[in-house]
Amino acid sequence: MSILINEKSKVIVQGITGRDGSFHAEQMIQYGTNVVGGVTPGKGGKTILGVPIFDSMQDAVSSTQADVSLIFVPPAYASDAIIEAADAGIQLIVCITEGIPVNQMLKTQAYLATKPNIRLIGPNCPGVVSPGKSKVGILPGHIFKQGNVGVVSRSGTLTYEIVYGLTTAGFGESTCIGIGGDPIIGTDFIDVLTMFNEDPQTESIVLIGEIGGDAEEKAADYIKKNIRKKVVAFIAGVTAPPEKRMGHAGAIISQGMGTAQGKVEAFEKVGVKVASIPSQVADLLK
Amino acid sequence: MKLLEYQAKEVFRDAGIRIPKESMVTTPQEAVKVANESVGYPCVIKAQVPVGGRGKAGGVKVAKNSQEVHQLASQILGMDIKGCLVDKILVSEAISFQNEYYLSVVLHRASKKPMIIMSPAGGVDIEDISKNQPEKIFQEEYDFIVGFKDYSLIKIYKKMFHNQENIPTYHEFKAFLTKLVDVYFKKDATLVEINPLIIHEKECMALDAKILLDDNGLDFHPEFQKYILSNAEETEQEKMAREANLTYISLDGSIACMVNGAGLAMATMDTIKHFGGNPANFLDIGGSSNPEKVVNALKIIASNPKVKAVLINIFGGITRCDDIAQGFRQGLEKVDFNLPISCRIIGTNDEIARNIMREIQIPVTTDMDEAVQNVVKMAKGE
Repeated sequence: MSILINEKSKVIVQGITGRDGSFHAEQMIQYGTNVVGGVTPGKGGKTILGVPIFDSMQDAVSSTQADVSLIFVPPAYASDAIIEAADAGIQLIVCITEGIPVNQMLKTQAYLATKPNIRLIGPNCPGVVSPGKSKVGILPGHIFKQGNVGVVSRSGTLTYEIVYGLTTAGFGESTCIGIGGDPIIGTDFIDVLTMFNEDPQTESIVLIGEIGGDAEEKAADYIKKNIRKKVVAFIAGVTAPPEKRMGHAGAIISQGMGTAQGKVEAFEKVGVKVASIPSQVADLLK
Repeated sequence: MKLLEYQAKEVFRDAGIRIPKESMVTTPQEAVKVANESVGYPCVIKAQVPVGGRGKAGGVKVAKNSQEVHQLASQILGMDIKGCLVDKILVSEAISFQNEYYLSVVLHRASKKPMIIMSPAGGVDIEDISKNQPEKIFQEEYDFIVGFKDYSLIKIYKKMFHNQENIPTYHEFKAFLTKLVDVYFKKDATLVEINPLIIHEKECMALDAKILLDDNGLDFHPEFQKYILSNAEETEQEKMAREANLTYISLDGSIACMVNGAGLAMATMDTIKHFGGNPANFLDIGGSSNPEKVVNALKIIASNPKVKAVLINIFGGITRCDDIAQGFRQGLEKVDFNLPISCRIIGTNDEIARNIMREIQIPVTTDMDEAVQNVVKMAKGE
């Protein structure tokens, strides 16, 4: 088992004819992902990389029975692409796009909440990979190896760094998920921790966080109450200048949460070991 | 991006949110003119700077007549408030009030909704109030389907205006909040804050205003383009970076770093510190592979006299390593660059990239810790 995606996942790439969309669709196909088509409005009926292009998600899903979509649409149109995928019946939507206005995401989330059983990963994320089975996103496939470590991260390239360290040290991954760096995202640490806890392939978990928000503090609390598997964490930004203040309101809401130090302490308090540099993660897992 | 008070109040005025009579000026002569002709006396002279604490720094003063306006305007213009030069002042009608309230609409990550924060104990000490007297802070979510929930907001309204006279009705208060939420959404804000809010002639009025705009939303708001340059508090390097579309934050150390991705950039800074060095900056060259970005990044790094050595840390994903290396080759031809460089490249097309770096004689490794330890030695002159 793995979580979210496996060898059976049928993937549609929204924005498949763009520079990044076509490059990464090709990389995914080479990895072994079952890419069944792409969507670019106005280019329906043609093919790219040996798969059909459709004008709409509705056409794509009814022709291919796809259950996963991957979005490379520019920021101005990306939240509409998410809604289109949800309306077409896609179960798992992975949005790579960076730069979507946060209030557009608030409204998109409120809309998705009215539809049962739809999961959004991202936006502004690197995607998901279940090594040896499927890759949906932009993560470099060659650094992964099938195994028993579940990886969940708010970052992109930092995730690659840590996974590369794990793989080099002889570990493999069950599934690796970049949940995205934006303030408003579809799937959070707790959602993924819950799935890893229930996944028999996953024996231990690596959580990669960073300064800002309170997602790590909440994850620490959840781990204490619910997770029985070993968890190791890394928090980026111990030396970063404090996050720019959001007026008085930011201070009132956060009540001091959000610093890297606070997050490290929250994890250590519940028995989660925290690496001080990325290369230590593999050592702490041993 | 943060709007200055007068800019935020222009947004309020257009949205039908009541503000005092006021005008932004840049000279004492203009200040006297608007005080005489439109604002009246007494009036308040307020420094327009993008930092807090201007009142305590002497940047807000009351003037009773035209001589005082001239004198105070001359005094405040040209002041340095926390490193910001005051070149604009607001001349605003002085309005008496019974009580200062606090009101804001802010992005609330946890509920994924805008949160309305209200307090009858507004003013400069609002953050202390929130810590020491949390019962005086009220929070109410704005729901996308039902908007405000009357049963809940009425309770807050009663607590907000308990024992106060000449107050707005509940429906007037709710209408005012709704205008604020409209500003929040229509302008792609992440914060709309009024502190203090006062009650004047039974109506809510904003005596001060703060709006934070979502940088991701700025492309959709050409009306704010004119403010982008004037509002930025940035170093020379930060300015160059903004113009080149790079994310750069100046720090105090001697090791410049160039990294792809914000998380890895932060982790790289943490690792430099771990091995005994000090980062000179945070620089994220971003996800897409454009050699021009690398050239610009090199120019920015070379312009900082504190830098003693440079660390490049690239983990290619969406970024293609060979594009980065090409950028280097071009950059080193165009930019006068004599600093020692330690380089780590791995990921998509990394083999080609490492060959290019070897051709231009830059030491390159695949191991991050090794590259960091090398640059720390270089910066110390070892």
